[in-house]
Amino acid sequence: MSLMQRISLIFRSKANKALDRAEDPRETLDYSYQRQIELLSKVRRGVADVATSRKRVELQVAQLEQQAQKLTDQAQKALSMGREDLAREALTRKSGLTGQISDLRAQQAQLQGEEEKLTLASQRLQAKVEAFRTKKETIKATYTAAEAQTRINEAFSGISEEMGDVGMAVQRAEDKTAQMQARAGAIDELIASGALDDATAIGHGDDIARELDAMSSGSEVENELAALKARTNGAQGAVEGGNGAATPALEAEPQKEEGQA
Amino acid sequence: MIVRILGEGQWDVAEDRLDELNRLDAEVEAAVEKGDQVTFSNALNALLNDVRTAGSPLPDDALQDSDLILPPADATIEEVRELLEDDGLIPG
Repeated sequence: MSLMQRISLIFRSKANKALDRAEDPRETLDYSYQRQIELLSKVRRGVADVATSRKRVELQVAQLEQQAQKLTDQAQKALSMGREDLAREALTRKSGLTGQISDLRAQQAQLQGEEEKLTLASQRLQAKVEAFRTKKETIKATYTAAEAQTRINEAFSGISEEMGDVGMAVQRAEDKTAQMQARAGAIDELIASGALDDATAIGHGDDIARELDAMSSGSEVENELAALKARTNGAQGAVEGGNGAATPALEAEPQKEEGQA
Repeated sequence: MIVRILGEGQWDVAEDRLDELNRLDAEVEAAVEKGDQVTFSNALNALLNDVRTAGSPLPDDALQDSDLILPPADATIEEVRELLEDDGLIPG
């Protein structure tokens, strides 16, 4: 037997087993309808949960992007004050963030995909539940318990398979979202800890900072530093003339310099 | 015949496509046996694409059993093995 035939057989037998059989077959229809309604609300909750996760990741991307911009600005200022070491540190940190950001973007796309799939699944289920309800009412109105027996299978065909399918889709989406929630939690902690805050935190090298440094690519940093230098040299006069005051964050830095060398 | 792609819906596929579906299915099966996820994903997607392009989608409110049920497009080999077990993925 081919793979798809085996999958089909096993799937159908599981879906049929899930059916609650009542003594009066007309009651079986009502039980099933009840479960369909429950499943429908479960799918809708699933859609909402995935959307919440997606929004959380979107927010994190925005926060990290803001952070990356801040680090670029700091590197720029550091260079204009002749502090290449500080600029390099800021860009190194930024490079770590860039990796996180593209990781989060990929997650965001994946969650978006799950959200769309579940939304479609809930629309399909809703249409089928509605069709089942009509059929069920017709059977209940038209047939006695004894007669209804022969109509039951007709009413159930398709819906139990759909319920198995949708139940599985919700489960898969939940599993995927749970994995991402754990990672999103870790990133929220990173943001809250201030480890991503600014380059002036150099020297407070905690685990997170070291990890960020390890993630960053050295040559990328050097390239960006060179580009920044070229720009800063071009604009040097303007910077010194118009904005001589250093930021407090950078002023607080000099005593740490020997630690960097 | 009616073919269901799990997580996607059902298609009505002409009977004369069955040979081609069987050929693609054999490739999926071989990949599952080898445990090669990349080959498996490619073979599965070729099979699913054939269903999607050769078949016409059933309306949402259709209540029909499927003749064939296929794994979701992003399934892992592990998930397919679970589908082949007597108790597994399908809740309830």
